[in-house]
Amino acid sequence: MSTATATAAATATTGLRLTARGLALGHAGHPVLDGLDLDVAPGEVLTVVGASGCGKSTLLRALAGLLAPTAGELLADGEPLAGPHADRALVFQEDGLLPWRSVRRNVELPLAIRRVPRAERARPVAEWLALVGLDGHQDRLPRQLSGGQRQRVQLARALVGSPRAVLMDEPFGALDAQNRAAMQQLLLTVRERLRCTVVFVTHDVDEALLLGDRVAVLGGGKVAALHDVPRPREAAARTDPAVLRLREAVLAGLS
Amino acid sequence: MTAALRQAPAPAGAAGPGRRDRAAARRPAAWRRRTLRALSLLAFAGLWQLLTAAKVQFWVRFDHLPTAVQVWQAFGRQLATDQYWQDLADSLRRIGSGFLLAAVLGVAAGVATARSRWASDLLGPVLEVIRPVPAIALVPVAIMLFPDNEQGIVFITFAAAFFPVTVSTRHAVRAVPPLWEEAVRTMGGGRWRVLWSVVLPGALPGVVGGLSVGIGVSWICVISAEMVSGQFGVGYRTWQSYTVLDYPGVFVGMATIGLLGWLTSGAVELLGRRVTRWLPTRPGSAR
Repeated sequence: MSTATATAAATATTGLRLTARGLALGHAGHPVLDGLDLDVAPGEVLTVVGASGCGKSTLLRALAGLLAPTAGELLADGEPLAGPHADRALVFQEDGLLPWRSVRRNVELPLAIRRVPRAERARPVAEWLALVGLDGHQDRLPRQLSGGQRQRVQLARALVGSPRAVLMDEPFGALDAQNRAAMQQLLLTVRERLRCTVVFVTHDVDEALLLGDRVAVLGGGKVAALHDVPRPREAAARTDPAVLRLREAVLAGLS
Repeated sequence: MTAALRQAPAPAGAAGPGRRDRAAARRPAAWRRRTLRALSLLAFAGLWQLLTAAKVQFWVRFDHLPTAVQVWQAFGRQLATDQYWQDLADSLRRIGSGFLLAAVLGVAAGVATARSRWASDLLGPVLEVIRPVPAIALVPVAIMLFPDNEQGIVFITFAAAFFPVTVSTRHAVRAVPPLWEEAVRTMGGGRWRVLWSVVLPGALPGVVGGLSVGIGVSWICVISAEMVSGQFGVGYRTWQSYTVLDYPGVFVGMATIGLLGWLTSGAVELLGRRVTRWLPTRPGSAR
């Protein structure tokens, strides 16, 4: 764990600034996003909530470079986005792992793509697997893991290449309450050590408040509301009056 | 009882006594299944012997057919000749080259037509027009096209397996979940990386299905082509036996084709299972 900490700290990168200006996306005459403006500061954790179908995932895919905007622009550090890039890692809700690759081979994939020599891949992979609590599971196939373990592997795979931004699409949405709480805690721990930008989509307001520095509420194809979340960030903060008032406000914005 | 069954010539289980099979053999259930498989073959041979030895005639006539024992004896005689093995080697070589060519080009064509609109528009219509033509109907084409028979037969074998492989590959590639591709693209993977690391392995279960069908059709066509235009080969020899009224020889040929077909499709199955171990297993599935 201590070596993992050291490496994680050493590979900590500066976060990416992600900007959307007048972003529109969707089918002609049926826009999902329509004139959305958003600015995610470097190293910030922005959580995005919204009713189903409001375009949360669409926004995330656009930020990943998988979807091209029909109007408006998307910028990374002020430069227009040109397709997907290893700088912006994407974590899926489930089934994002390649089922024929072992845990180790899944996690090392971003390094392999970047042509990191085989010998140099083993250490970061082992360290990240230890950090997410999966050492000893290296040679298992994804189907031999539980849902929670698979999400841990996805997290390790997203972070092993030290991306400057991590885009997470309801990554804990399919987990049971216990696993979900453990994963949230893990993300916060990891977050302390990496300075990358995080955009985290969820439909769970409490999760959004726990993890986010700011919470964006999506509605009508735009950012309907943007809230700063009071710190410190602790589980106890859930009962803090300021957080409770914010929770009411976010929930009101959703309905 | 068990001792007798164990002695039974069990070509069924003998197809591939691998490490897995030996481990399985320790379980009584596996023994029961092997026994049943051997019994299935023995019962078939037994029924045949009964019908032919008794020269049964009721609309279909068994009096002209050689008995199972006669065929067995002819088989034994032929196994001792060089010619038998020469024919076997010829057929195997033809199927090997034709099928291998079909596997490589079929997968390539399937991937190309599934992944590229250009390839689909350019290749698709031609492939679809040729596909319904039975490979064996291409014999005249093969005779005109190739300077010698050998290449013609390989061509027929290739044409037979090519289409099942192509079509299965095309469907399998289209069925690969887009999520996997998106994952690799967001890691910075380009077109070729997606092809090697996502499309090909992801489509493998479907490709294996196509290969399984393809090897079967290949046998049908190599034997037919040998009968029509071959010199040497199991199909040629079988037809030769018929023309010289050596009926047991005809059946030896058919049994040989059956066994070779079973062995090769078993090998394809085994290989396919090996490379798709990552697939979710269904408890109690008949494997």
